[in-house]
Amino acid sequence: MAETATTLPPAQRAPRLDMKTLLTRHGAWIALALLILVNLAITPNFATWQTLNVNLTQVCTIVIVGVGMTLVIATGGIDLSVGALMAIAGALAPLIFLGKLFPLPHPAVGIALAFTVPVLVTAALGWFNGWLVTRLRIQPIIATLVLFIAGRGIAQVFTNGNLQVFNLPSFQFIGLGRIAGIPFQAVLMVAIVAAAAWMLRRTVFGRQILAIGGNERAARLAGIPVTSVKQRVYLISGLLSGIAGLIVIARNSAADANLVGLGMELDAIAAVAVGGTLLTGGRATVLGTLVGALIIQLVRYTLLANGVPDAAALVAKAVIIVLAVWLQRQSHR
Amino acid sequence: MAPLLTMHGIDKRFAGIPALRAAELVVEKGEVHALIGQNGAGKSTMIKILTGYYRKDAGEILFDGKPVEFSSPQEAQKAGISTIYQEINLVPYRSVTENICLGREKRRFGLLDWPAMHGEARALLARFNIAIDVRRPLMAYPTAVQQMVAIARAIGFDAKLVIMDEPTSSLDEREVQVLFDVIRQLKAAGVSVIFVSHKLDELYAVCDRVTIMRDGRTVQVAPMTSLSRLDLVTSMLGRELTQVLQAPHAADPSDADARTPVLQVRNLAAGRKVRDVSFEVRSGEIVGLAGLLGAGRTESVRAVYGADRPDSGTIAFAGRENAIAAPSDAIRAGMGFCSEDRKLEGIIPDMSVRENLTLALMPDLSRRGIVDETRSREIVDRFIKRLGIRCAGPEQRIRELSGGNQQKVLLARWLCMNPRLLILDEPTRGIDVGAKAEILSLIRELAGQGLGVLMISSELEEVVEAASRIFVLRDGHTAAELKGDAVTEQNVMAAMAHGNESLRETVHG
Amino acid sequence: MNTTSLKIFQGIGRYGVLLALLALIVFGWLRYENFLGAFNVLSVLRYNSMFALVALGMCFVIITGGIDLSVGSTAALGSVVAALLSPYGVLPGLLGGLAAGLAVGACNAFIITRLSILPFIATLATMLAASGCALLLAENQSVSVSYESGFTELGQGDLLGFPIPAWIVLLAYLAGSLILNLTSFGRTVLAIGGNEDAARLMGLPANRVKALVYLASGGLAGLAGVILAAQFGAGQPIEGVGWELFAIAAVVVGGTLLTGGVGSVGSTLAGVLLLGLIFNILNFENGLGWISLSAYWQSVIRGAFLLLVVAIQARLSMRTEEAA
Repeated sequence: MAETATTLPPAQRAPRLDMKTLLTRHGAWIALALLILVNLAITPNFATWQTLNVNLTQVCTIVIVGVGMTLVIATGGIDLSVGALMAIAGALAPLIFLGKLFPLPHPAVGIALAFTVPVLVTAALGWFNGWLVTRLRIQPIIATLVLFIAGRGIAQVFTNGNLQVFNLPSFQFIGLGRIAGIPFQAVLMVAIVAAAAWMLRRTVFGRQILAIGGNERAARLAGIPVTSVKQRVYLISGLLSGIAGLIVIARNSAADANLVGLGMELDAIAAVAVGGTLLTGGRATVLGTLVGALIIQLVRYTLLANGVPDAAALVAKAVIIVLAVWLQRQSHR
Repeated sequence: MAPLLTMHGIDKRFAGIPALRAAELVVEKGEVHALIGQNGAGKSTMIKILTGYYRKDAGEILFDGKPVEFSSPQEAQKAGISTIYQEINLVPYRSVTENICLGREKRRFGLLDWPAMHGEARALLARFNIAIDVRRPLMAYPTAVQQMVAIARAIGFDAKLVIMDEPTSSLDEREVQVLFDVIRQLKAAGVSVIFVSHKLDELYAVCDRVTIMRDGRTVQVAPMTSLSRLDLVTSMLGRELTQVLQAPHAADPSDADARTPVLQVRNLAAGRKVRDVSFEVRSGEIVGLAGLLGAGRTESVRAVYGADRPDSGTIAFAGRENAIAAPSDAIRAGMGFCSEDRKLEGIIPDMSVRENLTLALMPDLSRRGIVDETRSREIVDRFIKRLGIRCAGPEQRIRELSGGNQQKVLLARWLCMNPRLLILDEPTRGIDVGAKAEILSLIRELAGQGLGVLMISSELEEVVEAASRIFVLRDGHTAAELKGDAVTEQNVMAAMAHGNESLRETVHG
Repeated sequence: MNTTSLKIFQGIGRYGVLLALLALIVFGWLRYENFLGAFNVLSVLRYNSMFALVALGMCFVIITGGIDLSVGSTAALGSVVAALLSPYGVLPGLLGGLAAGLAVGACNAFIITRLSILPFIATLATMLAASGCALLLAENQSVSVSYESGFTELGQGDLLGFPIPAWIVLLAYLAGSLILNLTSFGRTVLAIGGNEDAARLMGLPANRVKALVYLASGGLAGLAGVILAAQFGAGQPIEGVGWELFAIAAVVVGGTLLTGGVGSVGSTLAGVLLLGLIFNILNFENGLGWISLSAYWQSVIRGAFLLLVVAIQARLSMRTEEAA
């Protein structure tokens, strides 16, 4: 399956599919397959539900945020604020369902609001990023740096930096619940990935995103509403960050504004890059981002499961990122 | 005397596709050598191999008697080869001095000697009769000056060989003459020049010999004087010149007068370049917008299209006044616009021919935001056939197509919308002669079917050939309207140069 | 382009940050006792010296149109290496930290210029790698420095009544300013940022200059790490998180364009001090007792400040564009 959403099925381009094109074009999939095979061979207890669930839950939030990041990067932008937005959503939700912000008429109302309000707030903040980028024409990296710096501060100010502990199964379903034995967050992740991949390939909005990333001036002259498309993309990124923030606090039964989503922007960007999305925009693959996140996670898991310290896994992650991006460059030439 | 430069048997492939096949180029000492060929003939590749930007696959290069293989433009520069590229390749934020002197700075005590460098920059520009403040950033000056700065930089290197790749594309007549004087000075000083240009007049004016390339091969080398223009063009195209260029006017002007105007622009002012511009286009006619560089042609049509905001004046399109605030409004109302800069504002390089072609049509091609792929394919196939777009298939990336075919895709982007007015800004720039003729005849055919066309072109011959009416702009004002028999190159030039008064003389006197 | 507006734009870009810094200092001087006292001034300088070094490297990198995300973890690595070597003397500690920084810088240079990978991604990767190395070397805990060798003087000592880290910063910025304005290397840095392709075609050694810039950024980050270790008496493998973005903010506040091609070393220092003073003033404000803002407010205020600066910059550049 040609998962790059912009253009050609490779078969039509080059009749001979030699080793190199195979490697560069589907390198991420091949790497994932190899990783699984290697693990099946060397890692004890790899082929179990337990392992699958552990790896899936580790990767869920990265992928959900990564989907938004993929769309932002596809327009030629970047969103550094995702981690801070996760912290804001994570700080807001407990404040709401614990009734610290306003009195609750009924616990169910609190839970409903705890799901919606934080996500709406982060979506609005995402839109604000888009507004800075489009209306004030500030470069994305700087525009989102503002909320990267201020966002976590806002979350900390909300909670005064305190840990909020809670036990509320109906809320925590988003992080701990299971559907037919599969973690709900994984189901949610798959749904989001599928929706975004379909959107990018088949809808006008998807085409507009890629056109803007490919050549913004040309897109504008072809009548594409660049401003509104970009604002929507940043909004989506903010919204998905909010959801990821809720998942993290539900999983931990606690919200710590200092830690929720810390470093997430870099994890998400790494997943996007390893997955094969062009960082300069114009070519994007949501499925690739999923694969990219899985590769990074599996390498880490493989190393940890085989007794390598976590710090060394960081170095391995760095090598993967460089290698993946370098391979993609070879194919893009 | 041994030649200064011999390039022999040069081969180069890009991703398996040959760009040069045993190409040859010999330049004598102190000669001005023309290098010509259609787009994609291999001129630029040849130059970039010489200057070390690309690496050759086979062949040998002798420069100044020694075999060389430069691995970077820097090395070539050190060996005495200076290059002026087609697009101005300077650093806009930096001062004129830096743009001229970077790479061979003057130093005192190991640190940069700014006064000496400013002095040198001033002296070099003086050769072009340019006196400007060299400390200001380059971007503060108009394109023509920037081009001159690029040339001054190249000459300042005391090169043995200066390569000029279409150096005149942004210069006006007078500036071209100054450039030619400088080329003659260089020649007198024993410096060789390789001169690349699509403009035949220029070749005859300044070049001694010519090398003609086609399909990556050198097809002819001859003294300039021994070849006629027809020989040159025939040799470049490799076939008899198509007759399209001589075809009669498609629309009868008297007929067009009766039709109602599609577009009426009155006293338009926008930014600093458009002060008071008025013109109109009727359906079924081709209207030319002529003027020197900086006369405000592009700026005017951009304002009409909603890409820039007009300051005052009225723009009536399809019966509605000033209803266009953004390109999307213009498109919805039935306008199409091909920008002068295909790469920067036209194509989306990584997208396929199909996606590029249907980019503007997308909203119509979709239901509830979902693109109807079947219909999109049908439309694309139809236009590829109709316009004769040469590509491997609709899914090929547009960046892999030649300039002429890219332009056809962009034309199709608008034609598939069934527009009432098509604005073409330099539709044939950077396109080889064959494709140029095809595109011009296509435009004529479309006008014949009732489409209004507004065309900007810097090639007077082309505008005069194609248009039945021409509006001449000068310094942001409409200087003249020419129609019928008055549409001649002389009249257009007179209006460009002197405006209204002299025109009345030429027309009536 | 309109001359006056261009001049105004450049003028504000160049002096705006200095004016803002001056205004903040005057504000603090009028409002708080001891704000300009020797103790406060020296401690502000001492504490911000690490950021200043990192920002200097970042300034050069950003002028070339690049970015260096690895500086924070490079500083952490530098602090660990310096702490490990500190028992052998001041010089081994200093040179060790510097060398660690240069090594990361060399990796960045290699990945960016040889493998042609975007600086953003390349330095994101080395950021992870440097952090991993720091944790491995430090065995996941902070490494205390040797107090016998006098290594801590590098962070805590004074020279002629002025903190040693501040001297280092002063020297580094003087050298940086000289290099940017009066050497062909510096002008090439600016040219690359203005238009890299053009610089290459002009025959400038773009790759070599870029490589050197990343090397320098790594080295300065390593040096910042040495000071970090000396100041806190320990190599800190998990310190440095977010330094890179703080440095970027300081550079941007200093008026350097993130697109490259325009920038100044002096206003970068002003940017660092400006952001540093916000924290300082917050402390004083709390000390007055009128309000009690938690330390968390400082990042909110910094963010707001960054927003203000970039919004003004954006407005100005839009106006310049319109005038063109």
